[in-house]
This record gives sequence, C-alpha cells and structure tokens, in this order.
Amino acid sequence: MAQNRIGGQTIVFTKNPPKITSRASIVGKKEGEGPLAEYFDKILEDDLWGEKSWEKAERRMFIETAQMILKRAQKEPSDINYLFAGDLLDQIITATFGARSLGIPYYGLYGACSSMTQTISLGAAMIDGGYADHVLCITSSHFCTAERQFRFPLEMGVQRPPTAQWTVTGAGGVLLSSSGEGPCITHATTGKVIDFGIKDANYMGAAMTPAAADTLKAHFEDTGRGPQDYDLIVTGDLAKYGRQLTIDLLKKEGYDIEDRYIDCGCEIYSEEQDVHAGASGCACSAVVLAGYLLKKMEDGELNRILIASTGALHSTISSQQGDSIPSIAHAIAIEKKG
Amino acid sequence: MESLDVKQKKINEDYQKYANSITPRSNIITNCIMAFLVGGLICTIGQVISNIAKNYYNMNTEEASATTSISLILIAAILTGLGLYEKIGKRAGAGSVVPITGFSNSIVSPAMEHKREGYVMGIGAKMFSIAGPVLVYGVSASVIVGLINYFFIK
Repeated sequence: MAQNRIGGQTIVFTKNPPKITSRASIVGKKEGEGPLAEYFDKILEDDLWGEKSWEKAERRMFIETAQMILKRAQKEPSDINYLFAGDLLDQIITATFGARSLGIPYYGLYGACSSMTQTISLGAAMIDGGYADHVLCITSSHFCTAERQFRFPLEMGVQRPPTAQWTVTGAGGVLLSSSGEGPCITHATTGKVIDFGIKDANYMGAAMTPAAADTLKAHFEDTGRGPQDYDLIVTGDLAKYGRQLTIDLLKKEGYDIEDRYIDCGCEIYSEEQDVHAGASGCACSAVVLAGYLLKKMEDGELNRILIASTGALHSTISSQQGDSIPSIAHAIAIEKKG
Repeated sequence: MESLDVKQKKINEDYQKYANSITPRSNIITNCIMAFLVGGLICTIGQVISNIAKNYYNMNTEEASATTSISLILIAAILTGLGLYEKIGKRAGAGSVVPITGFSNSIVSPAMEHKREGYVMGIGAKMFSIAGPVLVYGVSASVIVGLINYFFIK
C-alpha cells in the first residue's frame, strides 16, 4: 500500500522532505538583456560561446551549471548519488554528454519543456524514499539548436506569426538534499498526456495549456488546497496567450488563480525584444526557478509556490504526419519551512 | 467508447475555436503592402540589371535574363551570409520568398546551418532540404507542361 500518495496523481514527501540546497543558472545574450538579467549567475556573450557548434555551447552551459551548483554546495561530483537531466535535442544529447563529463550516476529524461519539474519530482522521490542523499536536477535548451531541429535554418527569411515563441538559450538546475538549508519540496503532482487537437507548432501555448490546467486542477483536488494556499502559481512556457487560456480554463473549473499567477514564458523577455508571444524551452522554467523564484524564496518574499513546467511532446515526424501536439505538465509544491 | 470520442471531439473543437479567438491575426493588409513593395523592388533591381546587360554589354535577351538571375542569386546569397536576408524576410514575407532571391536564401541558409556536420552529410545532404521539394515539383510540372505542349499544341 503506497502510504505517501494522495488522490489520483499526487505524492507527498513526508518522511524526509528533500531540500533545495543549491541552485545555478546560465543564460544566453538575449535572455541577459531581459528583465530578469540580474538574477542569472552567468550571461553568455554570444550563442556559440567560443565553441565549434551550438550543440557544444549548450553542452558547456549544462556542465558549467552543474559545476556552479556543486561549488555553491561545496560538494564534489562523487558526493552526488544521482543526476536527473533532460533537454530538447534528439536522444537528449546535451544531458547525456554532460553526464559523461560529470561522472555521476545518471537517468536521462525526456519531457520536452516539462523536464525541470519532471526531474525534480523523481529526484525528490529518490530522496524521500531514502535512496539518495544528494540528487542533481538540470535541464537546458538553446535557441539555435532547437530552431534547426524543430523549425527552419536561422538565416532563412521567414515570418513568424504573433503566437510563435522564442526558445530560451540557457541551463538551470538545483541540488536536492536530504539535509541542509533550503526550501522543501512538499508535493509532486504527475501530469497526464493531454491533447486537445492543436496542430499548429507556432501556437504551442495553446497546445500545452489544457495539460497545465489539468495538472493544476488535479493538484488542488488531490491536496485539498486552493490557489489561496500559494503565494505564487507558476507555469512553464505557455506564453502570453497560453497564460490567458490557463486562467480561463481554471476559472471554468472553479479556481481563480489570476491574482497570483505568472508564466515563466512571459517573464524572461521584455515587449521590446520582439519575441512575439514569449519564451519557451526546457531552460525557460529552469532558469526562472533556479534564478528568480528561489532567490525570491531566499529573500522571504515568497514562502510557498506551486510550479508546473509544461512540455509539448511532439516530434517533427509526428507533426509532418498530421498528428496533433500531445502535451504534459508536472507540478511541484515548494515551501520554505522554519 | 464512441460517445466518449464524440464528446472529446466537441471539447477539442470548442477549445480550438476559443484558443484562436484570443490571438491577434497577422496583419494581412500591412503584410500584403510590404510584400508588394519589396517583391516589386527586387523585380525592379532585376530589370535594371537586365537593361544594363543589354545596353552596355550588348547581350541578347536570353543572355541578359541569365545574367539577371545569376546576379540576383549572388546578391541574395551574400545577404543571407551576412544575416541580412532574414531581416528583410521578417518584414517582407512572401515579397522576399517568392522571387528567385528567396530560392537562393532557402539553399544558402541550410548550407550555412549544417556546415558543422561536414561537407558531405552536412552541406551536401542538407543544402536542398528546403529548396528540394520546389525543384522536384517545379521540374515535374515543367515536364508535364512540355508534354502537353508537344502533343496537343505543338
């Protein structure tokens, strides 16, 4: 009998609630010109960062993020029991090559842009279950590597519609520990794959919104909590229109989150940066969590937050064959205790 | 089971309709005007090149049109390499995609993008990934038109 499950989709960390003891974020130049610039640990001067390819630059961001997290916690890679990581590229090569350099036992996960809370959910379960003392969770994305894989070459002169989103160049992650100082992960709500039939890869916010709304609703039902129990409710990368849709969908279900709700995709870039609807990518919720939200928790401005990273789980092949975009969202509740 | 599918279909349709209703449309009038102006400008430049070739280099019409095509392709390839063509394309849309310069852009941009995967499997294999379908159906269409012309019109 599973004792730590409540409701249909949520687990509670009670025995040994994992703490976020360290964090780090690296972003690209464009993100470094946005409104959250001061919260990031490192800002690249250009997309290549002196490497031979964009893929290699993304890999280096991943590795340096890991090293920064470890340095802050005064830990060596050999102290870490598991690395949970993911990215957007085929065969998650960034995470895997990063794991090769770090030499930490590794589970590679694919959840598209939902990777950040996906890795944290599983890492937290490892710690609460007593299987690990330190788990590293990192995700990354890069505008240039994602663009070439999912869309057109960069120099191609095509117009982007108003609903298009801009993939964040960056890497972010956290260290979960069984002991130490830091906010606790108290709940994890695992999302279902939801598909309301949106096919437009230039309108990912609309494709992912039903998944986000479904997971948030499941979290409220399972825990008996409501929006008023959180200082802030955060979604991953739904951007401008997805954010509005989420508010509306949840209102229909009887939950009004509007006054305490942000979407990471709306936070990273300013209006003047001409990114259309907003930001997307694995790094979107990763750098906002690791850079901005956890800093606000450290400063005592936020005490309890709910964050749901959202992922669009299509591939270029499924899209070309006319399939719609299946999506997912995983939510975690983070609380500052004591 | 079937009724469930029907129900979900209804939910999907309502949701899609609603999701589309809250987004702004691309501005068709501005886009058309920009496409008209830029497309027209590219064609005017082509005409200038053609006239120069005819009047100053004594080329006949066929030679002049080949020179025009080659020159426009070269200019677009250089602009693509400098990262300027995508900036033009962002504003001009179809105005810079449809002329031969857009064709040049669609070949040069994947070639640049895939250089790091090597000269054979990168540049060689990916260069025509966007222009390829245009070539296939362009050539096929011209064969069909040619056959019709040969057998029925002469």
